[in-house]
Amino acid sequence: MSLLKVTSPHASGQSRVSAVMRDVLLATLPGVVVLTAYFGPGTLVNIIFGGLIAVACEYAIVALRGRDPRLAVSDLSVLVTSTLLCIALPPYAPWWLITIGVLTSVLLGKQVFGGLGYNPFNPAMVGYVVLLISFPVQMSAWASPRGLGEVPGITDTFQHLFSPSTIDAVTAATPLDLLRQNTGLLFEDLLTSSPELTGWGGIGWFEANLAFLLGGAWLLYRRVFTWHAPVAMLAALAVCALMGYDGGSSQSGGSAMFHLFSGATMFAAFFIITDPVSSAVSNKGRLIFGALIGVLIYLIRTLGNYPDAVAFAVLILNFCAPFIDHYTQPRVYGTGSRDS
Amino acid sequence: MRTIHDIHGGIHPPERKALSRPGELDTAPIPPVLVLPLRQHLGVPALPVVNVGDRVLGGQTIAEAQGVMSVPVHAPTSGVVTVIEARPIAHASGFEDLCIVIEADGQDEWLSFTGTADWRGLDAATLVGRVRAAGIAGMGGAGFPTAVKLSPGPARSIETLLVNGTECEPYITADDTLMQCQADELIEGAQILAHIVSAKAILIGIEDNKPDAIASVGAAIARSGAEIELATFPTKYPSGGEKQIIEILTGEQVPSGGIPADIGLLCVSPGTAVATKRAIIDGAPLTHRIVTLTGEALASPQNVTACLGTPITALLTHAGLNAESQQRIIHGGPMMGFAVSDLRAPITKITNCLLAPTPAELPLPEPAKPCIRCGHCAEACPASLLPQQLYWYARAKDQEQLAEHRLFDCIECGACAYVCPSQIPLVQYYRAAKGQIRDSEQEKQRSDNSRERFEARQVRLETEAAEREAKRAARKAAAQSKAAEDGVDPIQAAIERAKARKADQASEPEQTP
Repeated sequence: MSLLKVTSPHASGQSRVSAVMRDVLLATLPGVVVLTAYFGPGTLVNIIFGGLIAVACEYAIVALRGRDPRLAVSDLSVLVTSTLLCIALPPYAPWWLITIGVLTSVLLGKQVFGGLGYNPFNPAMVGYVVLLISFPVQMSAWASPRGLGEVPGITDTFQHLFSPSTIDAVTAATPLDLLRQNTGLLFEDLLTSSPELTGWGGIGWFEANLAFLLGGAWLLYRRVFTWHAPVAMLAALAVCALMGYDGGSSQSGGSAMFHLFSGATMFAAFFIITDPVSSAVSNKGRLIFGALIGVLIYLIRTLGNYPDAVAFAVLILNFCAPFIDHYTQPRVYGTGSRDS
Repeated sequence: MRTIHDIHGGIHPPERKALSRPGELDTAPIPPVLVLPLRQHLGVPALPVVNVGDRVLGGQTIAEAQGVMSVPVHAPTSGVVTVIEARPIAHASGFEDLCIVIEADGQDEWLSFTGTADWRGLDAATLVGRVRAAGIAGMGGAGFPTAVKLSPGPARSIETLLVNGTECEPYITADDTLMQCQADELIEGAQILAHIVSAKAILIGIEDNKPDAIASVGAAIARSGAEIELATFPTKYPSGGEKQIIEILTGEQVPSGGIPADIGLLCVSPGTAVATKRAIIDGAPLTHRIVTLTGEALASPQNVTACLGTPITALLTHAGLNAESQQRIIHGGPMMGFAVSDLRAPITKITNCLLAPTPAELPLPEPAKPCIRCGHCAEACPASLLPQQLYWYARAKDQEQLAEHRLFDCIECGACAYVCPSQIPLVQYYRAAKGQIRDSEQEKQRSDNSRERFEARQVRLETEAAEREAKRAARKAAAQSKAAEDGVDPIQAAIERAKARKADQASEPEQTP
């Protein structure tokens, strides 16, 4: 018998990185199903194609770095990155757009900094912003929801990846686009002016937001992250929208419900800003982090040049996270003022 | 009813306490050879007062305390001292330490003890002296000399004696068993300790996963008729940490870097209370303790009263160890215990548990993955630290930031590492970082000392030079004033004397040998 020297603790809980990542992937399912139901299989094909590229890229680069590539791929983090990016990309995106986005995310967003755990920015958002700035036309071509345009089948969609002419994907302005372009209509009138805007956040958009909220709630229940950042972001966005609503004039920033349930709001709140690596670390810090993202999303949506604002807001706050951390250290046991 | 406060963080690992059948207490056989380390406590080792070849009786002092931060060692049975030498001891470092080795003669002859039933008539100093002479050191884990704890100094006054019956570590049931089997002695001991420090109140805290211990301690309190409060609180690891149980039961926090006495509390383990009772009322020194032998690699997990100095291997054999080819033997519990590196090492005053797990029961750690800063560690930390930041700074050896993030408030409970999804051995990093900081502080102390020595030497040299100068000036002044009195210039006179001598030498011819 030989004695094993191991340091304490000798017991370990059940939580594992790969299980956390698997949960995040599973939690995107409701949202992906809804997006597929309303906008066709474009997003699904994005995710499958992007996932393949991402795994191949991660495997190759980790092997080049002299680490164990199977270990790196098996933690599923690269699939989370590519899946989140591909959900954010417009459905029916061309193969090269997806490839550039995924490579940017994995290489520039993650591996150049040292891989999982070392990236200062959210890798999916790095890829997204690079695409948005470089290819604004392709990036703003969002599909029409089912019922307003023709939705292609899955085989056609795969073919469309490489030869865009196979289907004639119908694109339409997103509800946030319509709101930004609005010049003369009262907010209430705007909502009834075009068929895409039916409902609280637009056809398909409201349902997709609801589905991402559902997935996020499940992750909260699974204690994958804490409530602080998502709740702070949604609350800040709602408060800003209420302040900017001005009764719904033609200059209105849009209602709180509209902002909460349109665009990438819920997706951002539960899947993007909750990336632990690039966010603030303490609960107090995450409240501030989330709230500032909420404020920035509103400001960029209403005052900026881009239709949605999540990626920029998140990257800017990723910059600030170490600063927030510095000022939000929790009070350590026994260090309180003895007078209080 | 006392308000129970919650502590930050904490975890709920599987308790596995039923395995060792708490409440049933056997006696382990006296081993043929006992190895008694001279340091079974925190502080200065005891000084041997027996010689090789001496026959000793049970209870006889074989090593005496050296100074205040030290406690004596007593023979747990009769036998012959065969050797006094460095032997492997149960310590995380795996180092050897000086031990007195006794070959038991099987007679188990004991000194006769005289105790004092009427301890209330004795003053605190006498009682503290007896506690020290009985060799009592904190039996909860750290082995802090109890006599020192009982003398918190005139600046601090103890309001409450707190008996910590939490035993929050999984597997361990030594205190549970003690509270069930020796509750009356526990209550008497607690009263003596309270009397020594003039505490106004006695509070016993037990986690609610030990209903039998709660019942027997409650019954013992009722039998004693004393005014003692028994508080129970929800089970959570690490509620039994001294700072944690204090916050749970009082809502107050021990100031960082301070001791419980700073807020009027004295915290002892049940084992210490029972040992105190035996020292004072029975006059008996600390020679035995209750040890939990547990883990699925043992055929019969159990609690035993064992002689201090019993080799670990003897106890494991007693409990029927079925060792794997690669076996882990843990001294203490699965959260804070350390892996024993030599089974010949003896149990000491701080050994509450020997754990022999199977690999399936406590799997070896997987290779660590990168930290993803998920923050589960920060949620679990009972000290409200940010373990993920400490890990980062420990790896970067950034001592300034480690201090800023209060590394030294870490109690090394292991809750952070337990919840870590990347399986990072966080506590190991913190221990290493603390060691490095202590080293560099000692280094700084040494360089400060030598700088001070150098500066002192410079000052001394300058002073001496100045004194010499002053003396010279004084002599010169004296000579001048004398010359002025005599009317002869001493310098001129000296020059003339030299000239005369030269002239003499020139006139004499050179002698050749």
